[in-house]
Amino acid sequence: MSAPAIQAQRPLLGWTVHDAVIIARATIAASFRVPEALFFQLIQPVIFVLLFAYVFGGAIPIPGAEPGTEADASLYRQYLMPGIFGQTVAFAAASSTVGLAEAMQRGIIDRYRALPMSQPAVLLGNTMANALRQILVLTVLSITGYIVGWRINDGIWNAILAYLLLLLFAYTVTWVGAFVGLSVPNTETANTAGLIWIFPLTFLSNAFVPLNALPGWLQWFAAFNPISSLVQATRELFGNPTGAPTDFWTLNNAALYTVISCVVVIAIFAPLAVRKYRTAASK
Amino acid sequence: MTDNAVEAHGLVKEFGDVKALNGIDLVVPRGSVVGLLGPNGSGKTTTVRILATLLKATSGSAKVAGFDVRKQADDVRRSIGLTGQYAAVDEFLTGRENLRMFGGLYHLDANYVKTRSDELLEKFDLTDAANRPAKTYSGGMRRRLDLAASLIAKPGILFLDEPTTGLDPRSRIGLWNVITELVAEGTTVLLTTQYLDEADQLADDIVVIDHGRVIAHGTSGQLKDQIGGDRLEIVVQDEDQAASAITALAPLVSGEATIDGTHYSAPVAGGSPVLIEAVRALDSAGVGVADIGLRRPTLDDVFLSLTGHSAEEDQVPERPEPAERSRRGGRR
Repeated sequence: MSAPAIQAQRPLLGWTVHDAVIIARATIAASFRVPEALFFQLIQPVIFVLLFAYVFGGAIPIPGAEPGTEADASLYRQYLMPGIFGQTVAFAAASSTVGLAEAMQRGIIDRYRALPMSQPAVLLGNTMANALRQILVLTVLSITGYIVGWRINDGIWNAILAYLLLLLFAYTVTWVGAFVGLSVPNTETANTAGLIWIFPLTFLSNAFVPLNALPGWLQWFAAFNPISSLVQATRELFGNPTGAPTDFWTLNNAALYTVISCVVVIAIFAPLAVRKYRTAASK
Repeated sequence: MTDNAVEAHGLVKEFGDVKALNGIDLVVPRGSVVGLLGPNGSGKTTTVRILATLLKATSGSAKVAGFDVRKQADDVRRSIGLTGQYAAVDEFLTGRENLRMFGGLYHLDANYVKTRSDELLEKFDLTDAANRPAKTYSGGMRRRLDLAASLIAKPGILFLDEPTTGLDPRSRIGLWNVITELVAEGTTVLLTTQYLDEADQLADDIVVIDHGRVIAHGTSGQLKDQIGGDRLEIVVQDEDQAASAITALAPLVSGEATIDGTHYSAPVAGGSPVLIEAVRALDSAGVGVADIGLRRPTLDDVFLSLTGHSAEEDQVPERPEPAERSRRGGRR
């Protein structure tokens, strides 16, 4: 045989980061290779904006304006956009679910497992990529929002904080998505299982209707739902209307509660997903 | 380093109540090609997965490239290339991107990976398709890309798990040529297959497994000798002449002849010269011959006689029949 393969120098941050970046890069590159899929991924939240802004908008009263007036509709759009942001980043989880279920079914996970690479890097890279992809989604959404009358009212730095919070949340749910993707038996199941828990979670929140419009017991659930606190926090940071004030600590300290929830969820689901990866791939 | 690329002793693998492997012993000498042959569900893939560190054996031990698969998994992984039953490449990335990605994950030097990727694309006839997403590739191209990906780090040992399953005849022979070349360059290959002709064609040594056990082991020739030598096969023109054929050929055959309609078959010793004598004998006896040939036993016969069932009876008929026929015909 000819000259042996030349090994690379161990990078400063170690192999896990190095390998995760390779996986993330490949995952992001791959998503741009299917423009149709990307288009529909972007169009879905845009449709939601239009639906809620123009169809349901008039039916959901926001304190501060006379119901049924143009001022009320405009206020609702201000109120709505952070809700759509929150819902959209929650769907980032589905990308990880489907992506990993496919990689498993196609034998790509087997190939990774036979490589001398960092194994958790496969999941780190995948979750990172799916969270980062939300930057594009949020950009398109923000522009759509601007067109229907949504505005950033509280300065650029708070807005950046709001976007960062949204990305942290996206990264968090991709770990849950990864765990689901590695738990389902095939890609067909992944397509439904990936979404089935996200829908109720996003609707049982303050994303589209003020908390006090929900029945009592649902208010409790919605108040502790991290999507509510995420949406509440981004409303505050963007300077958008927040609806009537509530007594829930989680919503009165929305940003803090969101960050705590994210940390807790990652601390639970990342190790679960890594363990699932090791056992599921060895069937 | 030992002289054996792979050494496995008493591998047992249980999945719940199912015993997939029931004590497999396997030795692959460095530089050789060993074919692991058996029907679906016989334990071939499980064996390879254990050797490639994807699965842990319930009991037994194995060393690959001198490293323990259980305790030195990363060393094993650095020494092997694995090509599974699926073409495990990223469909949306181009051929070149796939190779560079895997090169990076082997922790190889970036410049080396660039050169090596181009070299492999060239070698596997993928240069023209290098910048196209892999999902636009044909089945044969994907397998070649998959194989190229497992060769990026120049592993000394290659595991090929049913490398040609589902391929059309032309791609199949193309892949065989590639594998033969790799072997000529010194790569050790452990190959699983359910195609008898594939093992026959590629492997120096064949290990036949069934129900998680090794049931026979030897070169293709040795296995065939186990069930006897050549058979003389004749189709006479007229069914009435079958009896005369038996009488005329009696001095030439080494065992009992059988007749089925116009089809005559008998074991013979002595190889091709027997064929000429047989033609002469039939000619002088006035027997018209529609077809005549000497048939070497195939591995299928071996499998049937070893296990009592055909190697391929339960499987989906995906195999490319025509290529196989013509190749077998060529060696008659």
